[in-house]
Amino acid sequence: MGERISREDVRHVAKLARLTVSDEEVDLLTRQLAAVLEHAADVAALDTSGVPPTAHPVPLLNVLRRDEVRASLDREEVLAQAPATEDGRFRVPPILSVEP
Amino acid sequence: MTAVETGAAVRAGRRRARDVVEQHLAEIEAREGDVHAFNLVLAAEARADADEIDRRVDAGEDPGPLAGVPVALKDNLCTRGVPTTCGSRILDGWRPPYDATVVSRLRGAGAVLIGKTNMDEFAMGSSTENSAFGPTRNPHDLTKVPGGSSGGSAAAVAAGMAGVALGSDTGGSIRLPASLCGVVGVKPTYGRVSRYGLVAYASSLDQIGPLAPTVADAAVTLDVIGGHDPADSTSIPEPSPGVSGQLAAGVEGLRVGIVHELTWDADPDVVARVVAAGRALEEAGARVEEEAHVPAAVYGLSAYYLIAPAEASSNLARYDGARYGLRVEGADVNAMYHATRSAGFGPEVKLRIMLGTYALSAGYYDAYYGQAQRVRTLIIRDFAAAYERFDVLLAPTSPSTAFTIGARTQDPLAMYLVDVCTIPANLAGIPAMSVPYGVGDDGLPVGVQVLAPALGERAMFRAAAALEASLG
Amino acid sequence: MTAGGAWETVVGLEVHCELATASKLFCGCRNAFGDEPNTDICPVCLGLPGSLPVVNEAAVELAMRIGTALNCEIRPSLFHRKNYFYPDMPKDYQVSQYDEPINVNGHLDLPDGSRVGIVRAHIEEDTGKTTHIGESGRIHGAAYALVDYNRAGVPLVEIVSAPDIRSGEQAKAYVNELRAILVAIGASDARMEEGSLRIDANVSVRPAPAGAPLGTRAEIKNLNSVRSLTRAVDYEARRQAELLEAGGRVVQETRHWDENAGRTSTLRSKEEAEDYRYFPEPDLAPLDVKAAVVLPKLPAERRADLAARAGVAPVDTQLVVEAGLDDLVAAAVQAGVEPRLALTRAANEVAGRTEAPDAAAFVATLRLEQEGTLTATQSKQVLARVVGGGDPAAVARELGFEALAAGALASTVDATIAAHVEEWNRYQMGEDKLTGFFVGKVMAATGGKADGRAVTALLRERRGS
Repeated sequence: MGERISREDVRHVAKLARLTVSDEEVDLLTRQLAAVLEHAADVAALDTSGVPPTAHPVPLLNVLRRDEVRASLDREEVLAQAPATEDGRFRVPPILSVEP
Repeated sequence: MTAVETGAAVRAGRRRARDVVEQHLAEIEAREGDVHAFNLVLAAEARADADEIDRRVDAGEDPGPLAGVPVALKDNLCTRGVPTTCGSRILDGWRPPYDATVVSRLRGAGAVLIGKTNMDEFAMGSSTENSAFGPTRNPHDLTKVPGGSSGGSAAAVAAGMAGVALGSDTGGSIRLPASLCGVVGVKPTYGRVSRYGLVAYASSLDQIGPLAPTVADAAVTLDVIGGHDPADSTSIPEPSPGVSGQLAAGVEGLRVGIVHELTWDADPDVVARVVAAGRALEEAGARVEEEAHVPAAVYGLSAYYLIAPAEASSNLARYDGARYGLRVEGADVNAMYHATRSAGFGPEVKLRIMLGTYALSAGYYDAYYGQAQRVRTLIIRDFAAAYERFDVLLAPTSPSTAFTIGARTQDPLAMYLVDVCTIPANLAGIPAMSVPYGVGDDGLPVGVQVLAPALGERAMFRAAAALEASLG
Repeated sequence: MTAGGAWETVVGLEVHCELATASKLFCGCRNAFGDEPNTDICPVCLGLPGSLPVVNEAAVELAMRIGTALNCEIRPSLFHRKNYFYPDMPKDYQVSQYDEPINVNGHLDLPDGSRVGIVRAHIEEDTGKTTHIGESGRIHGAAYALVDYNRAGVPLVEIVSAPDIRSGEQAKAYVNELRAILVAIGASDARMEEGSLRIDANVSVRPAPAGAPLGTRAEIKNLNSVRSLTRAVDYEARRQAELLEAGGRVVQETRHWDENAGRTSTLRSKEEAEDYRYFPEPDLAPLDVKAAVVLPKLPAERRADLAARAGVAPVDTQLVVEAGLDDLVAAAVQAGVEPRLALTRAANEVAGRTEAPDAAAFVATLRLEQEGTLTATQSKQVLARVVGGGDPAAVARELGFEALAAGALASTVDATIAAHVEEWNRYQMGEDKLTGFFVGKVMAATGGKADGRAVTALLRERRGS
């Protein structure tokens, strides 16, 4: 599994992550990512059949809270930090398409 | 004066909190220009807070065990109304509307916030060279890195600019800079300290912990900030056993092993210090064996650099210019996302987001992220087996002493290798701390890492205290 | 069959329902409809840096109630992150459930006896609400969007049906039954007009003989009412059938239902499916709640119960049960009221009234009607006044409804017969449809006070059959 990652993969992944990458950046990133994945080939090659994944290092179960209403934030304090607002709402550019 | 001594003195009225703060502000004045430990010094606020502590002591109140102790906070800890940048342009100027739980607890113990410290951007780095606001320098040698990502916190403590500091540790980011700067640095058991208000990097690995001049100072700070928090679903429900009362218990009969696999990549002078530490514990009554084994630890670096970036790629998606922080406008919302994130994130953050997105993407999840989580299980099992035979483990913290600024920035992998000794404890969720233990051949600080089983902080601190005492 | 003779319509429905909890899924902000924008927000539901989710136990309990009511297997489950960028998503990922959902493999039996499989019903958080301002793309600088995060983090259960639905009518029946259940168990208000129930339909067609593989499906969005759902399903099935008959191919895509034009249209064509990069939510612990779920009686059982007591088929009780009037009708039947009369009057005269119905008044009114003291029309008018309580006899007197003495009625009937000899002859010869003619004449002559049934009975008696 020590395959390099392709430039196409890098462009695709950049779109998924909403990052604009120039041609030079694609080159650099492809090299760097390939090096890391190459190094990770040892892990990829391990036989882990029968080994369950660990999502949480300290296993907890059913961590729940009571259904009680608590104070919300002051809207003005929150909107004061926003780049753009109108009528008590966050203002963003038009949503033409959000396809990557 | 240690933080413990300061707290006791201020509480008892023998020392004024204001004097303590002035002393530290003077140190900042003298050295911060060279060291750049802070993104923000809270001089006026610290003076006001100190005056309030003094007023309360005068009124017969008890402000708590950290009364008057100036605390520096890594800049990824939310402080209400105070800028929290995470070392990034994308959050430059953002003021959280709430305090992290640990911040509330520190205030509740009488601590005085003296500033927000510099860090690798979003905690991604091992040298504090990835900050958008310039690097921090090692107070022991200004041409060297302080380590990262909590380099600012370590440097602030090492240079006497703060009494104690808080950092965060995901792959070694507290322990590594502690080692390189010659201070104590603790990563607690995962879940022991609330993450509520810690800006997330890798959720299943991140932990907040203290950096301090002494083991006792670190212990008091951990006891203040630790314990269950209902606002953090990963917070351990059981009460945390306090460590600060246990330090003098000694190490008689403690079974100690040196983790063989973690010495492989370390410089000989560093390994020598670990061996010396083992002998010191033996002289103090512990039973020390030089070869403890955690075979899967050798896969830790690879597993970490799949898991951490994957979780980070998701945690950092919210920085999109819509609600707070940097916005670069676009003709449509997608263009805004692209422009904002491309301008706001530095190259290392972008690299890790890309790596993580790839590791989670359709067709690759099982081979990369899924596989890494299974390797994680192997590491947990190997540690558990080791802890059948040993109460605590020893290892190097850093493979080398502090390297020169710029020496490893050209090659991400070269930088990642710095974490090889610290990463396994994060993957396993076990506590680990770095204790200053002499110097390397170049005269720069070397820290020895003490590791314990989950919730084994008491044994860990006892061993650390014994090591500290052995230096005389 | 909505697609047309040679084709079978295949529909699966995805229903999102907002749970009726006091606070949101992961934080203590109010779960409320209609509050001022961005007044029910906090670091958690706004996804501020450093915030962490904590699961609302009531949301889990309601999700388990839904699973039980839908005959699902309730399993240990995990939360997963579904990663994508959109302005109504504060974290640019949605916390949902993926391959280990809480409820699986259930079914819903409809009043007509058909069964629709339930693939899964899982818990997830709702998004904020986006409002588009200005003509997008037309006037430069005038177009933008405004976002309100009050709804972000509201708990949802997404109920995914198997593709077992075969028509718009059946889709409507499914949604109505599902809503009735959700309301009966207290899980949700389930109001489409308030957005607490949202429906997407997956529609495909296939050649009619059963057993053909499923066709390519289109997802229909923007269904704001049950009527829209019914029309959209039927339209889309016809559209696909015609397309296939003309030799075309159905494209897998998302389509938008236009209520005014009565058609679906392509929302946008996607080059590739979105990659959500699901992974287990590291900030939340797994769920495995063992508590037993106790449900109130579900609509199906209530229909069956009432049907048994009234001696009618379950489907005949549907309207009454839907209106929550089963106990009222049961009491009436118990008191000797004819079941169909009780059912009809309850469904038409009592349902929808705001007052809590008074059983004694209801029963008393219907007994007056049954014994002929009140005509049907009079009975309805009295009920309108005594629904919440009152004395029907007193109200009848007040309204001027006097019982016609039996003798007076008979003489009026005889007089009417005498006045219409030709029609009477035809009626005697067997033209039963002239009954209405005579009843109408007698009604006119008595000023509406005659009881139609009594008149009919008298006519028959005079005829001798």
